[in-house]
Amino acid sequence: MKKKWLPYILVSPYILHFIVFVAFPVLFSLVLTFHEWNIISPMKFNGFGNYIKMFNDRMFWKSLINTFKFLIIHIPLQIIFSLALAEFLNQNIKFKGFFRAAFFLPVIVSGVVVTILWQQLFGFDSGLFNRILVSIGLSKVGWLLDPSIAMGSIALMATWKNVGLYVILFLVGLQTVPPHYYEAASIEGATHWQKFRNITLPMINPTIFMVVILSTIGGFSLFIEPYIMTGGGPLSSTLSSVLYIYKQAFQYFHMGYSVTLGFFFAILILGVVVIQKKYIEQGED
Amino acid sequence: MKKKILIYTLLIIASLTFLYPFYWMIVASLAPESEIGNLTFLPSSFSWNSYTQMFSKIPIGKAFMNSIITATLTTAGVITFCSMVGYALAKMEFKGRQAIFYIIIFTMTLPFQITLIPNYITMVKLGLVDTYAALIIPFMLNAFAILMFRQAFMTIPQALIDAARIDGCSEMRIIFQVLFPNIIPTIVTVGILSFMNSWNEVLWPLIVIRDESMMTMPQMVTLFSVGGRSESQLGVKLAAAVVLALPIMIAYGFFQKYFIQSMASSGIKE
Repeated sequence: MKKKWLPYILVSPYILHFIVFVAFPVLFSLVLTFHEWNIISPMKFNGFGNYIKMFNDRMFWKSLINTFKFLIIHIPLQIIFSLALAEFLNQNIKFKGFFRAAFFLPVIVSGVVVTILWQQLFGFDSGLFNRILVSIGLSKVGWLLDPSIAMGSIALMATWKNVGLYVILFLVGLQTVPPHYYEAASIEGATHWQKFRNITLPMINPTIFMVVILSTIGGFSLFIEPYIMTGGGPLSSTLSSVLYIYKQAFQYFHMGYSVTLGFFFAILILGVVVIQKKYIEQGED
Repeated sequence: MKKKILIYTLLIIASLTFLYPFYWMIVASLAPESEIGNLTFLPSSFSWNSYTQMFSKIPIGKAFMNSIITATLTTAGVITFCSMVGYALAKMEFKGRQAIFYIIIFTMTLPFQITLIPNYITMVKLGLVDTYAALIIPFMLNAFAILMFRQAFMTIPQALIDAARIDGCSEMRIIFQVLFPNIIPTIVTVGILSFMNSWNEVLWPLIVIRDESMMTMPQMVTLFSVGGRSESQLGVKLAAAVVLALPIMIAYGFFQKYFIQSMASSGIKE
């Protein structure tokens, strides 16, 4: 009799946690999307008011465009840099462990630290990047001051932070390529580039897609970097969607509206990831 | 040969790109304030000035303790509860096991953006704002850790468990005393990930902690950086960043392989 209950006791913390922190909030947020609420006074039903407001909220659409802009710059950079470094490390190199550990360092360090560091690198007057540009006779760049550049700067920083992780994933992928493929190609007289293009790339396609999905999910949660560096500016050019949702909730106390944005945004994320996964499955056939 | 030299050169440049900013941060935090702006390699002299300033300006000691408490208890919670769930899923037959397994997979794909604000509301309604409980409880169970434990327990031969049962061990003792020594790599992997994630988490503390004496390190450093209080005090900001980064960097120095494996396996899982 005791035995029968035991598994349920063991899984009960998870069930409780799931109900409180997943099932309830999802259902509750669905209810909240039809209400106006500042968390203190009672909830007020307002029908589709939040949804109508969302579709007319220029700032929200701008934050979505900003987020996609980030992804479009970040993902290709991420793949190119991490694949290149992984390919170099895969060449029978000495001190491989050291290089790998160095690349990985920013991955384990808090995003807050990384952001503070890059804020200095991007500094207009005495930042390292502008000092280098000036010393080779170019003019200074407003890395975080120019609205057309700021999001790109943040995407560059995010790439630097995560490259180490994807180098490891690509190294795992590269090791699945059977060495005799390369040997055969060498006998045929293939150049290094030809080998990379015709053997490596097709073989590590699954890893590339995994990196795309992971950095998409990561990019959709962009928050602390603009929060610290720019506060979403200049001219809202780095206002990410999560930052906007945060501001709606904790600067303006529009809980109902903020939850509506979060709900819509989460569905959008799921949609994008599902499309990406579908595309991969097709590619694998 | 030429190709090798080229590759080494590129790899060295790349590693400098990753290491130099951290080197700069540490050296600059020890440099006189007036020199930080133009510092490239070494200042003319070293001083602890930024650190003494930091201790007088921000309650960094309290924040550090809060982060240690939060990260340690979160990690202990994850290892205790997720191993229990993982064990039940791996080694026990019961109705609803499949359903729970699918729920776990489902929660892995659910974007956190949907639960973020409602969870804050829950914290408000439960009166948990500005408590350790708010920082710890939501992170005590997660799908990844449960799946890791499940996988680890599945590789353990049933005979070991049966033998322990015949000896009269309770199921809890079987998990924590008999089986734990056999799955140490998994415990270390899950432990490192939980501790690191908890230590570095910043969005959630920003939401549920308002009281300065309850703030965690990343939150404290963030608010100091954006609050305008640090405008003329780059040294203090960098010193605070060093204090935030150093514990994880030191742990990384010791358990580098485990860190890389943990992160890579969590990446591959998703």
